[in-house]
Amino acid sequence: MMREPAAERIPILKMGDVLLVTIQVEMHDQLALTLQNDLIEAIIREHARGVLIDISALEVVDSFIGRVIRDTAAMSKLLGALTVVVGIRPAVAITLVDLGLSLGDVPTAMTVEKGMELLRFARAAAPQPAGGEGEHERGSQ
Amino acid sequence: MSVARSDRVAVRSGEDLLHLRQMVRQWAVDIGFGLLDQTRIVTAASELGRNMVDFAGGGVVRLEELADLGRRGLRLTFEDHGPGIPDVELALRDGYSTGSGLGLGLGGARRLMNEFSIASKVGSGTTVAITRWR
Amino acid sequence: MSKTTAPGLPDVLARHEQELLDDWLHEQLAAATLRPELMSEEELRQQSREFLSLLRQATADVIPGDIRDPRGEAVREMLRELTRNRVARGFTVSEIAAFVFSLKQPLFRRLAEEFSGDPKVLVELIWETNVYLDRLGLYTTEVYHKSREQVIARQQAELMELSTPVVQLWEGVLAIPLIGTLDSARTQVVMESLLQRMVDTGATIAIIDITGVPTVDTNVAKHLIKTVTAARLMGADCFISGIRPAIAQTIVHLGVNLSEIVTKATLADALALALRKAGFRITRTEKP
Repeated sequence: MMREPAAERIPILKMGDVLLVTIQVEMHDQLALTLQNDLIEAIIREHARGVLIDISALEVVDSFIGRVIRDTAAMSKLLGALTVVVGIRPAVAITLVDLGLSLGDVPTAMTVEKGMELLRFARAAAPQPAGGEGEHERGSQ
Repeated sequence: MSVARSDRVAVRSGEDLLHLRQMVRQWAVDIGFGLLDQTRIVTAASELGRNMVDFAGGGVVRLEELADLGRRGLRLTFEDHGPGIPDVELALRDGYSTGSGLGLGLGGARRLMNEFSIASKVGSGTTVAITRWR
Repeated sequence: MSKTTAPGLPDVLARHEQELLDDWLHEQLAAATLRPELMSEEELRQQSREFLSLLRQATADVIPGDIRDPRGEAVREMLRELTRNRVARGFTVSEIAAFVFSLKQPLFRRLAEEFSGDPKVLVELIWETNVYLDRLGLYTTEVYHKSREQVIARQQAELMELSTPVVQLWEGVLAIPLIGTLDSARTQVVMESLLQRMVDTGATIAIIDITGVPTVDTNVAKHLIKTVTAARLMGADCFISGIRPAIAQTIVHLGVNLSEIVTKATLADALALALRKAGFRITRTEKP
């Protein structure tokens, strides 16, 4: 099921129990926060177990966007979904290091495919709770 | 050292910030900066621009193309009439936040550029100038 | 620092400005160092006029004994711009310096006429003017070389980027053998292109081999660490191999912390680890 993109919203795709977000435009702050909201709602609604945030189209990631991504991943984790960020460009990566911004312990991958692999691998290794509820995860992943 | 050309742009909102980033990117490309340097410059501009919008109600950014002994540079000056920063040294240290939440912005911008200068007066405002040379 | 009597050089420059300008231009246009295809006569006249005017200001009280004297700031600034401009057009260092030196003949002739009745003053005046003009002429050569250095540095950086020897050792594993002395600029360029190559080839592991690097300083070590951190941010990793005992000692003495980074003594060890991490296993088959 695909969420209908409104005029100013970043679309969220559902692939099995993984949500895929592809950020294609430079976001202004409000758009980023709206995305965060939408993603949280979607995780709960779809019982998602994994989230892939694809930022391969972003040429600039500043400290605000970096924090939004990091916070989104942390929130998702609390809701039982593991987040992987894919597609950080070399120039962006080097700049983030220069900036001193850390993405915390968010796992990253170079492509969507590798990101999906990471999710599969991580979830295979993590203990799964019985039942369909995605909100409480036993132990940490 | 001389100024080859200059321009000014007002930055008061998130939209203005996006526009500023595009403008700074274009100037960086025109001056001939490589991709990594472009990214650094635009990111630094984004940090300082955001500070201006979030904590000073907006301000003005001046862009200047510099020339000095055969090398070219880009200088960005962020000027606002906001509350000013009481302790600049503290603000430059990372993770600093008193609820004014300047966070990584100032220190980060300094690390990304070749030259950095700041003047701030409580009650009058703040001016930050950053320069990157090719 | 020496002085001359006040009504001396600047006075002559003021009273005979037009004739001096004409004479000097005449010298320049007749000289072998003229480059008419690079600069028009009008422009030459303009530059000469400006120089004479600034020279007059600089020597208003005394002829500066030191080229860094603040009184001469304006004339130095003008020469700096002039040199920069002419470098960009393709003038050689001698052609640019000749601009200043060619003023001597016409100027000394004029001084000789003015002070013909006072040989002692004349000699002193000519000597000090000569020294000052020499310094200004040599200043243009300094500026010239600085400009050229910057151009060359930039060209070298571009060359380095083009000749980065990144080798694909295996599917998903890159190696970059660094050779020679690493300086900060070179390391940055090389690291940048390494990360880009990783994206281009989909490599998740890069081995940076520094066997061929004689010494590593703090800056280079920091750049290496930065590269590894950036690679990890991208979802990849870097190993550093070829750390010789001498370099290991230097790194520890510098207080650089490489504990978070995978390091191996040889490229072979690093490759074995990389293949393991990438999920490969190597078995030797029976001989046929």
